Amino acid sequence: MEVQGLTVEFPTEDGLVRAVRGVDMHIAEGEVLGIVGESGSGKSVTALATMRLLPKRAQVSGQVLFEGRDLLTLSDRAMRGVRGSDIAMIFQDPMTALNPVFTVGEQIVEMIRAHAPVGKPLAWKRTVELLDLVGISEPSRRARQYPHEFSGGMRQRAMIAMAVANRPKLLIADEPTTALDVTIQAQVMEVITEVQKAVGSALLLITHDLGLVAGIAHRVQVMYAGRVFENGATDEIFYRSVNPYTKGLLRSIPRLDAKEKTRLYTIPGLPPSGLSRNEACPFRPRCEFADAVCGTVPELVEVVPGHQSRCHHTQEVSM
Amino acid sequence: MSGPLLVVADLVTHFPIKAGLFRRVVGHVRAVDGVSFHLDSGETVGVVGESGCGKSTLGRSVLRLVEPDDGVVAFKGEDVLSVDKTRMRELRREMQMVFQDPFASLNPRLPVRDTVAEPLIIHGTAKQEARQKADELLEAVGMRPEHGNRYPHEFSGGQRQRVGIARALALDPSVVILDEPVSALDVSIQSQVINLLDDLQHRFGFAYLFIAHDLSVVRHVSDRMLVMYLGKVVEAASRADVYDSPAHPYTHALLSAVPVADPGVERKRKRIVLEGDLPNPGSPPTGCRFRTRCPIAHELCAIETPPAVDVANGHMVACHFPIERGETLLDRVAQLGRSVGVIGG
Repeated sequence: MEVQGLTVEFPTEDGLVRAVRGVDMHIAEGEVLGIVGESGSGKSVTALATMRLLPKRAQVSGQVLFEGRDLLTLSDRAMRGVRGSDIAMIFQDPMTALNPVFTVGEQIVEMIRAHAPVGKPLAWKRTVELLDLVGISEPSRRARQYPHEFSGGMRQRAMIAMAVANRPKLLIADEPTTALDVTIQAQVMEVITEVQKAVGSALLLITHDLGLVAGIAHRVQVMYAGRVFENGATDEIFYRSVNPYTKGLLRSIPRLDAKEKTRLYTIPGLPPSGLSRNEACPFRPRCEFADAVCGTVPELVEVVPGHQSRCHHTQEVSM
Repeated sequence: MSGPLLVVADLVTHFPIKAGLFRRVVGHVRAVDGVSFHLDSGETVGVVGESGCGKSTLGRSVLRLVEPDDGVVAFKGEDVLSVDKTRMRELRREMQMVFQDPFASLNPRLPVRDTVAEPLIIHGTAKQEARQKADELLEAVGMRPEHGNRYPHEFSGGQRQRVGIARALALDPSVVILDEPVSALDVSIQSQVINLLDDLQHRFGFAYLFIAHDLSVVRHVSDRMLVMYLGKVVEAASRADVYDSPAHPYTHALLSAVPVADPGVERKRKRIVLEGDLPNPGSPPTGCRFRTRCPIAHELCAIETPPAVDVANGHMVACHFPIERGETLLDRVAQLGRSVGVIGG
């Protein structure tokens, strides 16, 4: 998938909220891309826009190319064919994807049959296999149960099974484990990455948790105020970041393996409002490197091959 | 002052489970089931555990926001659980609470200055003086003077949490119970609030009981930590010991599951996968409550509840077969000829 110049605006009573401001993004076959950012950075809106899942009032422009087709120009009917088969989504709350009045098995069967001419018995057999794949014990009995009979972690697994039912080429996971306890989170992330490898899909992992992407992403894209601020291989971002925001973010996280009790680094101030029309660098008021040059938004520039940063002071930051 | 500021011993808080037409009590959830710890002035004790472990109920029980069923809470030597309402109100001046969602605890119709001044006025400070003190408090938590006139909805989550903290500090408490104070905040704002709490502790000498599910955050702020599982403290140790020589298998599993924002560390790490989900707290397993998910459980664990034992200088562990210093849970599992789910490594 290749996203070019994606912009998303929401008209509100207070004015136009510019949630996504020209995002370029690409994800290769089988690749795991982590999109990291804080609330309001536009990371979730970007994902929803590519899936055309935003409310009607959202004004979306740009291109979302998937295997050569621009998803933004597809008919609603054609888009429904793409969703759930070529591209599938895993949400934070599994109940957004599961219907409480049907059994888990019925829903996965329906998902399979909606996209392929498969008979019910075969689809059921495949459903049981899928539930087994995501680590649900006694899958054929569990398939006959309703979502409310599942624990939180199991619902998450069931939703993952449903998402991968049609072997999607791209799996989008939006904060998939944020609501889960840490021991369950570890299980669910394992299931997602195992399933993703088994099915051979690419994975777009959207999260605020840098720890989560550190372990599984091949590449990381950091977003701030609706823009991509840095993009590069995971090690490049974590060990050789040249962006003041990324660097500040990494230094702000308390580390479990810290030896001494030291003071945390803080990024002062707050992120800008989505209403902002300011043409300065959005990170300028919080940045220790900011000066007069930062009165314009910097371009996303390649620093070393495959590693881009949006900053006027790349030289100083990297020192 | 001699002795700890706050002593909690064998604290028990049960919630009735009601069912049927007449809402008969059919059982109890033992949210807090025999918890003991102490808190010295100026120190931070962290409480970690997953949802349903009883950590929030523990904080509320200490302040009697929920009534404990049994046990002792002694504040400066006074038995908190047996005092009358009037005295309890006085005691709450000294023991304050900060909640996760400051929006729910701030009055939407009051400018934040008045919200911060309110406890002072209730406790007899003149209005003018209370407002002045409120301004000082808002400044102490890093807000600008003009912010005092604004309403909660005009602030971001981090700013509202600052207001919540200012209000908790208004009566100059000696103990502040913080229940998931930074969980709702973004990383860059979270570190601001953590540092603020640290500064205020140095400046005013508060003792904190810091309750959160995020192990990295709790370890960062704590001098000592309590690890809870299904209503019980399974391990209590210094921040160093919890990480360097954890003794309870649950602590091992919990530590192994926390992602660290360092790809090199993450690639090498082995995560221990605990079997199954948390048991129903309404009918916890017999004996040790962790035994149903514990990879090294023995027969004894189903029969006898393990008592908390001091393994080294106040490092308390409630396990029949604690992991030794220098040993890992995986070593023990291998030694027993068993297996456990492991991710990565």
